[in-house]
Amino acid sequence: MADRAMVETRVLRVLRWVVIAGLVLVTLFPFYYMLLLSIRPIEEVLQNPGRVWAGPADWTITTYREVLTSAEDGGQGFVKFLANSALVSLAATAVTLLVSIPGAYAVSRLRFVGRKQVHFLFLAVYLFPSILLAIPLFVLFTRLGLRGSLGGLTIVYIAQTVPVSIYMLRNYLTTIPESLEEAAAVDGYSRLQTLRKIVLPLAAPAVMANALYVFMIAWNEFLFALLFLVEDRADWTVSLGLAQLSGGIEVSKTVLMAGSVVLTVPIVIIFFAAERLLTEGLTAGADKG
Amino acid sequence: MVATSRKDPPAPTPAAASRRVLTRRQRENRAGLAYLSPTLIVVLVVVVLPVLWTVMLGFQRIRLINLRRAGVFGDYTLANLELVLTSPGFWSSLWTTLVYTIGATFGSILLGLIAALALRGRFRGRTFVRASVLLPYVAPVVAVTFVWESLLSPQFGLANNWGTRFLGWDRPIAFLSQREYEVSLFGWHFDVPLALLTVIVFEAWRYFPFAFLFLLARLQAVPQDLEEAARVDGAAPTQIFRHVLLPQLGAVIALLTVLRFIMTFNKFDDVYLLTGGGAGTEVVSVRVYNFLTARFDIGAASAQALVLALGLIVLLAVYLKFLAPRVEGES
Repeated sequence: MADRAMVETRVLRVLRWVVIAGLVLVTLFPFYYMLLLSIRPIEEVLQNPGRVWAGPADWTITTYREVLTSAEDGGQGFVKFLANSALVSLAATAVTLLVSIPGAYAVSRLRFVGRKQVHFLFLAVYLFPSILLAIPLFVLFTRLGLRGSLGGLTIVYIAQTVPVSIYMLRNYLTTIPESLEEAAAVDGYSRLQTLRKIVLPLAAPAVMANALYVFMIAWNEFLFALLFLVEDRADWTVSLGLAQLSGGIEVSKTVLMAGSVVLTVPIVIIFFAAERLLTEGLTAGADKG
Repeated sequence: MVATSRKDPPAPTPAAASRRVLTRRQRENRAGLAYLSPTLIVVLVVVVLPVLWTVMLGFQRIRLINLRRAGVFGDYTLANLELVLTSPGFWSSLWTTLVYTIGATFGSILLGLIAALALRGRFRGRTFVRASVLLPYVAPVVAVTFVWESLLSPQFGLANNWGTRFLGWDRPIAFLSQREYEVSLFGWHFDVPLALLTVIVFEAWRYFPFAFLFLLARLQAVPQDLEEAARVDGAAPTQIFRHVLLPQLGAVIALLTVLRFIMTFNKFDDVYLLTGGGAGTEVVSVRVYNFLTARFDIGAASAQALVLALGLIVLLAVYLKFLAPRVEGES
């Protein structure tokens, strides 16, 4: 048996590095390819589709210029899309936090009628098919005249992120010792004051992670943007704009790749800046088995 | 969780006073509901009521044009359900959804497990590798589907260029728009559903980080001495995995299976963006979208969505059965 253990250990030691290299290649290569295509001229890409390297001499920034220039000046107007995406995502993040912080506090600390049922409701919302929700919201927003407005989209994002947000925050709030709050109560703090002055500063990392998470969901969302905003180009988010333009043949692929980079870069920056915060927030509770 | 604040309400000595002054318990109840009320209102208005409305719409003949007629007291009918269940393509699309879901769920968990095992131990650059592995999951779906489309494109895609140059393919393969691809293996000829397979591979690629995160967190919580003891006894790594680690991972894998299954079952973006539902990849959610936007047939779209939801409720029940003891244990 010892032989088998030794042989396996040796094989696995090599195999592990092969797997790690494979994983890095498989996950990073598409992003590298995205960046590469975005800086190569389209004629050159069509001639040499198999190239995976381009020296600085072959680089071009005309793709980025075209994608960012406004539509009136002959470009694709992604700056406008970026502004729409940022507006919707930031508003959704702010309101979600405003709503979910007191909610999470209530769920983690206070006993009230129906606390158990609330868990079930949130779980159901989290796992609910968004396509099912899309139909009535599409109809309702058409009726209310909210379709085609960024505000309507923001409301949908808030409703979709609040349950997850409360769940994540709750996990963190339960780790804050309750004696702190009792001490604050003895000092004459009201419940709201305690939440603002004691709990919130302590929960700052979790709140931050949560904000980034909600922002990422809103920034990446596609289905509802497609359903609500598709009619007027001025309302498009970056995701929607990219999807709409990539269906046609008028805009060259390298220009759209530049659009993809523009869409992806904010997320990658946020992610690498806060990776630890985010992964811990996501899997909180998973390791309890 | 709230054990410390659990004090019995003061005995109501003067009956009149207790009616005005709320007990501590009552105040806590009120505060809890007040703090949660914004959430409940949002969820109620944007999620619960619309869903109930879908149920109503599913049983009425409604198109976008005659929407004004729709109301609580509309003409209820089973016509939509009949239309949906007997329409060509519904059952095949349900089958496609199932194959897609099972394939993607299994693929992503397997890949996630391999990644978690490989990246468990310390090595130089592990933080960077771990973060990169998560990229497919966090990157915008529109951007990654577009890159995949470009990579696999028969005209200018890298995959086909290399395939014809180095692997000796006769002609480019249309990964995303070819329904069947004939493969010959040892003299046997059979068709593989190429586009569907490509979409499944994409889905496994995009969601393996999710499984990876959960599995890694669980792996790191396994007590070190368990493995150490097995190693001292001369157990081979595969034996340690089979008899020490796998039993520890069982619960998380079960949880992931149900979670991934439910989420993939409902998935719309990935398939829609990659193939638009063509070439044998029309899953139910894409079909619902087509009914809604191409035909404006709200009734039929709702009925179809309800069938999807029904399948989901069954799955949710299974999930709760798994999760229920955990939630109890936590709170």
